[in-house]
Amino acid sequence: MPTAPMIAYDHVGKSFDGGQGGKRVVAVDDVSLAVADGEFLAIVGGSGSGKTTLLRLANRLIDADAGRITIEGEDVRAADPVGLRRRIGYVFQSGALFPHISVAGNIGITPKLLGTPPKEISARVDELLDLVRLDRAQHRDRLPQELSGGQRQRVGVARALAAKPRIVLMDEPFGALDPLTRDALGDDYRALHHKLGLTTVMITHDMTEAILLADRIAVMRAGRLLAQGTPAELSESTDAYVMELLRTPRRQAERLGALLPRDGAA
Amino acid sequence: MSIFTDPRWGEAWTHLPDYLGNHVRVSVTALALGLAVSFPLAIAARNHPLSRGVLLGLASIVQTVPGLALLALFYPLLLALASLTLGWFGFGFSAFGFLPAVLALALYSMLPVLRNTITGLNGVDPALLEAAQGVGMTPRQSLVSVELPLALPVIMAGIRTAAVWVIGTATLSTPIGQTSLGNYIFAGLQTQNWVFVLFGCFASAVLALAVDQLLALVENGIRNRSRLRTALGGAGIAALVAATLVPAVARAPSNYIVGAKTFTEQYILSALIAERLRSEGLSATSREGLGSNVIFDALASNEVDVYVDYSGTLWANQFHHTDVRPRAELLGELKDVLAMQNITLFGELGFENAYALVMPKTRADQLGIRSIADLVSRAGTMSIAGDYEFFSRPEWAGLQKAYGLSFRAQRQMQPDFMYAAVASGEVDVIAGYTSDGLIKKYDLVVLDDPKHAIPPYDAILLVAPKRTGDRVLIEALRPLVGAIDVKLMREANLRATSSGASPEEVARWLWEEIGRRK
Repeated sequence: MPTAPMIAYDHVGKSFDGGQGGKRVVAVDDVSLAVADGEFLAIVGGSGSGKTTLLRLANRLIDADAGRITIEGEDVRAADPVGLRRRIGYVFQSGALFPHISVAGNIGITPKLLGTPPKEISARVDELLDLVRLDRAQHRDRLPQELSGGQRQRVGVARALAAKPRIVLMDEPFGALDPLTRDALGDDYRALHHKLGLTTVMITHDMTEAILLADRIAVMRAGRLLAQGTPAELSESTDAYVMELLRTPRRQAERLGALLPRDGAA
Repeated sequence: MSIFTDPRWGEAWTHLPDYLGNHVRVSVTALALGLAVSFPLAIAARNHPLSRGVLLGLASIVQTVPGLALLALFYPLLLALASLTLGWFGFGFSAFGFLPAVLALALYSMLPVLRNTITGLNGVDPALLEAAQGVGMTPRQSLVSVELPLALPVIMAGIRTAAVWVIGTATLSTPIGQTSLGNYIFAGLQTQNWVFVLFGCFASAVLALAVDQLLALVENGIRNRSRLRTALGGAGIAALVAATLVPAVARAPSNYIVGAKTFTEQYILSALIAERLRSEGLSATSREGLGSNVIFDALASNEVDVYVDYSGTLWANQFHHTDVRPRAELLGELKDVLAMQNITLFGELGFENAYALVMPKTRADQLGIRSIADLVSRAGTMSIAGDYEFFSRPEWAGLQKAYGLSFRAQRQMQPDFMYAAVASGEVDVIAGYTSDGLIKKYDLVVLDDPKHAIPPYDAILLVAPKRTGDRVLIEALRPLVGAIDVKLMREANLRATSSGASPEEVARWLWEEIGRRK
């Protein structure tokens, strides 16, 4: 069924001041990309590839120079940026929780901005703490600096989900965590994505993480979209950079397969 | 007499409600005004490098102006402004005391508030600013609920610095007519009343510390979301303000204001005049420690009712004459010019407080020096000391010209130390003041000025325009005219600076002496 995409980039371009010799730096160069309702898309690329810029364009943290971006069919330029951001969840790199506000306050911030009554916010906060698997009594009134990195990012996810968005944008959400926590959090989020019927766009520089979590992967390099598709589709790609990105997970998989005997594993 | 049992402590205490109350009032008003202006300015300018630079630059320049000069500058500025508004809109305002002090101090308080607010806001982690935007805050919401709370400690540090600066600098508002804890310090320095100086410094330090700590409590309360601490701190500041306002409200306003400049003789004479007015049943207060130009303008605009000035000072400084006239002629002309401003030159007290060349009596006798003319041949081997302004005054130029004087060396000194220096032979001659009590103390002699190069400096009583023809005032002042000769004034000055007697006590002694001599 050909439903309209949840998020659509149509020949989008963005450049910034500040290149050497006063030249403009092109961050996003003629990118067209569609994310379907309920899809989990990962955008993979190195630093400076324009992947974060592409994400920020969607909720107008940055405005595009060229092309057109639609959210649920609506051109973002016609939307009020503040209202747009309130209905799109955003998980920041390393949490970016407000250090002077309690865990409950951080989670409830967007509903509060939307004028939700305090009682409802309080109930919603409890619900979200359960959802991201944090103990209510233990964490509710703490300040962010009292939490571990993984706990902080769980709060970050809860904050993004607080106003019941249909879309969640994630900027390298698990990048700064240790591998075990990262794995657990990734799985938990993936489960939430399905359970809540979200449309998720996640940025990562880690192809393995992208393959394990996402339905589809978009590869960016120097502002351009090099390839997009399911992991299986990407593996067919003949692009040298895409092949190089896939080499690491492949080799890891082979070595792990060899080193860890299948039988006897729990 | 131990410093602790000194009766002047008790006297200092009696002034405290008045001085402290005025001090707090002017400081708090200035700080509130400074905050109200600089806080929004800082918020508006924080993201514009150009306006930020201009703002901080201007505030820094203001800060480099010495506090005393800044306060003094506001007085003529407001005076000019007041005369403008009077001319254009038909109303004037008082450029004396409270208003110039508040404006100057408010300006002085701006730099730390501006700088810390801008620094604090710009120091907020950009990732948090983006997060604030990302969760759907408007710029205003981001400012109020993220940026300001995170910048609060830095901003509060700025406010606390400003408060301490303002409270400290407010002591300098005494010369422009604002009563403050500086009254202790100015009076104490002039009359060598170290108890007063100490008391004034101590009181303003305690006030500054108390306000600083109360602000710290408020800050702590806001930061830790403790309503109790915020309320306690706020209540403490409110109580401080209220406590200092009560005595001022309770006290009946005084009818007559007697002015005094910043030196011992003036303190004594103003105390004497105030005492005279009271004995005639009038209520009178002294406004002490006023700058020389401030006091005349204050009289002209009826802010001060009566004070003692010196003919030569008015002649040269107020009316900008450079020529020297004989005594009677100068007084006559002065009387006419003052009358045009509706100021009454009521009469001379009977002594002069003029500049004069002074040297030890024994040395002068040895060398056979009686007048400045006798000094000329020896001046080339002698050194002379004067106060900070003497060598740039017309009197000095006049002296050099009239007698062809040329000294080997000239030095500038604090007036109080000058006399000791000449007595000990460290300098040979000083430019002293004829009525100074130290002339008597160190057994010095005033050299004659046969060519009348130094203008006459008769002490004269001036009465404000609105008191013209005030019979009771005239009756109160009449006994003082011609009643104090230079010997008596020297004796009184000496008593005030060396015996530890307060100006009021010396004034009472002086009045008794006047009665005895009649």
